[in-house]
Amino acid sequence: MSRLTACECLDIIRNKNRPTVNDYIPMIFRDFHEMHGDRLFGDDRAIIGGVAGFGGIPVTVIAQVKGRDLEENKRTNFSMPHPEGYRKALRLAKQAEKFHRPVICLIDTPGAFCGVEAEKRGQGEAIAKNLYEFMSLKTPVISVVLGEGGSGGALALGVCDELAMLENALYSVISPRGFASILWKDATKEREACQMLKITAEDLVSLKVAEVIIEEPAGGAHNDPELAAEKISEYLFDAVKRKSQIPIDVLLEQRYTKFRKIGEFTEIPV
Amino acid sequence: MLEDLFSVVKTRFNGGSDIKADERKKTDIPADLLFKCPRCGSVGFMEEFENNKKVCLVCNYHSRLTAEERILMTADRNSFREFDRDMVSKNPIDFPAYEEKQKKLRDETGLKDAIITGEALIRGFKTAIAVMDSRYMMASMGSVVGEKLTRAFEYALKNKLPVVVFAASGGARMQEGIVSLMQMAKTSGAVKRHSDAGLLYITVMTDPTTGGVTASFASLGDIIIAEPKVLIGFAGRRVIEGTIKQRLPDDFQSAEFMLENGFVDMIVERKKMRRTISHLFKLHNIEGDIQ
Repeated sequence: MSRLTACECLDIIRNKNRPTVNDYIPMIFRDFHEMHGDRLFGDDRAIIGGVAGFGGIPVTVIAQVKGRDLEENKRTNFSMPHPEGYRKALRLAKQAEKFHRPVICLIDTPGAFCGVEAEKRGQGEAIAKNLYEFMSLKTPVISVVLGEGGSGGALALGVCDELAMLENALYSVISPRGFASILWKDATKEREACQMLKITAEDLVSLKVAEVIIEEPAGGAHNDPELAAEKISEYLFDAVKRKSQIPIDVLLEQRYTKFRKIGEFTEIPV
Repeated sequence: MLEDLFSVVKTRFNGGSDIKADERKKTDIPADLLFKCPRCGSVGFMEEFENNKKVCLVCNYHSRLTAEERILMTADRNSFREFDRDMVSKNPIDFPAYEEKQKKLRDETGLKDAIITGEALIRGFKTAIAVMDSRYMMASMGSVVGEKLTRAFEYALKNKLPVVVFAASGGARMQEGIVSLMQMAKTSGAVKRHSDAGLLYITVMTDPTTGGVTASFASLGDIIIAEPKVLIGFAGRRVIEGTIKQRLPDDFQSAEFMLENGFVDMIVERKKMRRTISHLFKLHNIEGDIQ
């Protein structure tokens, strides 16, 4: 597996033929039944969720939906969820907990939507509540970053027992574009920002944020979507099996510790 | 779209874009004698402003305090004991000039990072307390803020104490990359454990509470208090204005806006803060007695 630079990855994940969850779900899962709505406000099409069969067991799937064309992107808001999307995700995760089925989160978003309505309905609170609840959700949670993992909007589906990245996926605290516009007041310098931010799958494994890298077909997942789906499927099968064998109180302790350990500091008295 | 988690507040309150440069010249006065409110632009004597706990006498804007000022104003005299005072951040993504920037800020502010944590008495009630200081990189959350907060919650859990957090932040600290994003999950997890033990957590949102801090521990209090007129939000105002291509009303993302929309329990004036917190402690059967 040859590793590409963050910029090269950026080009691959922006390829208009890169498979999205709407391609992957039918290839990976059986009998996917979509469940709509957060039961509070509405149904956010930027996040799709439901129950499906996987490797002979039922699982809950929660995924961010990149559009494959402009029409679909309009419907899914370019995969930028509103608070009701995160609340739907939490509702379905709680449903999974009740019925003891693993949760699989597929992350692919530039970030949570930034707008007036999102603020009014509490974008911050919605994300915070997901981090809080997923941390002690009593069922295995596996998250996979498919393309873009944008900031808190991605993390809201990223509190999990194991995080995998597709080989060319990126996961960042801020979009390279946003970073460039803050640091250099120039959004066009995103390629420079890309290199600085340490956002590739390999970077994230070395920073102990991600555990696994899922190999993509040569040149990127768009070159062979079936093969990419097969690789994701193989990984998920193994991860679900491994995590399902762990007693739930041990699993929750491990989940807490996974995040608890992240942070780099020293304590030298002066 | 991801500027949401970052310092989004500079243009709004620092200098007030609606006050023109020539007007500034007219009020050419020693900075330490007069105070000019960054919200309403009114000018008054610094002494009066400071005697009023740094609240604007005209518009009631509750201006930013240093962590030290906040602790002096909130904790009973000599009751504060600091935790983890020597903790400093490393440079997890080898961000250029990050060490230098921090060293400069440490010299300027006397702080080691953007948060001070510890335990204290508030009118006789023992509590864990955390106070953020916006002078330090706009109180953005990196490894140190995340770790100190997490330890404070873990300490409170072990010792069955409530936690009061005075939040203020521009969001996650981009200089620490993905490591800072993970502090959102880490702190939220610590809040959850404290909460599951039946313990009380009070958040006080102060100016400004935004980005990744709004989207984690600051929004997770059992009781969420805000100071009047402060900025509270998730995304940056400029980012939203850029998206919708129009100017937002002045009260957008204010404490009052958040109350109206159901995300803040109460707005409490600074002069009533100690009293309010101690009453809430009493009503939650926290050990201690109002002194």
